[in-house]
Amino acid sequence: MRADTDGTAMVEVKGLHKSFGHLKVLAGIDLAVAPGEVVVIIGPSGSGKSTLLNCINFLEPFDDGTVRVGGEWIGYVPDASGVRRKQPESHINRMRTHIGMVFQQFNLFPHMTALENIVEAPIQVLGLPRDRAVARAEALLAKVGLSPKAGAYPGELSGGQQQRVAIARALAMEPNVMLFDEVTSALDPELVGEVLAVLRRLASDGMTMLLVTHEMAFARDVADRVVFMDDGLIVEQGKPAEIFGNPRNERTRAFLRRLQTH
Amino acid sequence: MDFQWWLFAESLPFLAQGALVTAQLTVVSFAFGLILGTMGGLARISKNPLLSGAATVYVTLLRGVPLLVTLMFLYYGLPSAGIQLSAFTVGILALALTNGAYVTEIVRAGIQSIEPGQMRAARSLGMSYSRAMRRIILPQALRRVLPPLTNELITLLKNTSLVSTIALTELLRVGMEIMTWKANTFSPFAGVALFYLCMTLPLQWLNQRIEAKYRIR
Repeated sequence: MRADTDGTAMVEVKGLHKSFGHLKVLAGIDLAVAPGEVVVIIGPSGSGKSTLLNCINFLEPFDDGTVRVGGEWIGYVPDASGVRRKQPESHINRMRTHIGMVFQQFNLFPHMTALENIVEAPIQVLGLPRDRAVARAEALLAKVGLSPKAGAYPGELSGGQQQRVAIARALAMEPNVMLFDEVTSALDPELVGEVLAVLRRLASDGMTMLLVTHEMAFARDVADRVVFMDDGLIVEQGKPAEIFGNPRNERTRAFLRRLQTH
Repeated sequence: MDFQWWLFAESLPFLAQGALVTAQLTVVSFAFGLILGTMGGLARISKNPLLSGAATVYVTLLRGVPLLVTLMFLYYGLPSAGIQLSAFTVGILALALTNGAYVTEIVRAGIQSIEPGQMRAARSLGMSYSRAMRRIILPQALRRVLPPLTNELITLLKNTSLVSTIALTELLRVGMEIMTWKANTFSPFAGVALFYLCMTLPLQWLNQRIEAKYRIR
């Protein structure tokens, strides 16, 4: 399934440019993600994959271009002549509640238990009554297989367990799209599987997902579309079978070859 | 050595009254120092250049000038500008301003020691900057700043002795008065030292407890 840019896309990125000082990280990205689509972004480190995710929920402001999520602008609104106006913080905050994000380093709140981590934003930001937030959190903990760990602090959990709590925390906001930024890269190899299993289930539930990952086997199995980025540009994209089986671009081939020799 | 037990014993009730003033000076100026320092610490890391600039000037000035000079400046300098304040008020003001400057740096360092990922995670959940500060960053920073804060409290308590120079009868001043009155140095000052120790020892114990408690993690 490929989304068109007629406004039905869940995520629509147009002409995205971003530099850190003199370093150009994103050099004009166009990307549309359809509702329910699972898009995996691959590419060498420094190619701008993580920055792209951070621009989609505006954790990172961008120099040019626009982003829409669920049909609504986030960050900047262009006027008729194309000049961008920054949105008020309150609007950006509200938009972020629709966009879940999971980080490489988990970033659980260490002073709160797993359950408190999950109910915090639903109560504080969405204004959910505590009992409903707790019920939602317990259901999510069951979903990620961690019901017995509700009262545990992050420091008492393994990396894989922490990351599953972090996924539950993001899901508790009932987002329309989930962003995963190398969520298995900081895990010991034997803990990667349990996190990938949760991601698989989420994908089969129909969640719209954008993932930056180095797990190529996972990408091949779960992705509807694989996007290869290099030097701040999308070099090639297509079905996993095309990208992994028959990459057309030389840079894609070189990247995949390097992975195999590791 | 001119130590005399009876003179030592006789000074204790007077010294206790002085110690009470010392305790009041400490508690009140520490409370104001905490408020000043929390606001100062938040201002220091603010993106608003006016706020962070003002906080930097404040910290630089008050950490760079000796407390004794600040006291003299406020006590003898302000009246010449038509501002007449009581010795107690000047004492509180100077102690709180100086303590606030040190607390500002402690709070700033405490906040900056929290992983940036914590703020990012909080913001990604839709929290505003101030809510993320309040709910996520500050509670974690608090644990890290408690040991240096109790250190500052001990320093502040001892620094109150400088207020004796502006004719405020706190603990040290009472000791000096007894010295001139009884023409005996050792007995009253043994009492003064004892009272300071009685106040700082529990704080040192508290400091060690807190450090031990938060070391793990």
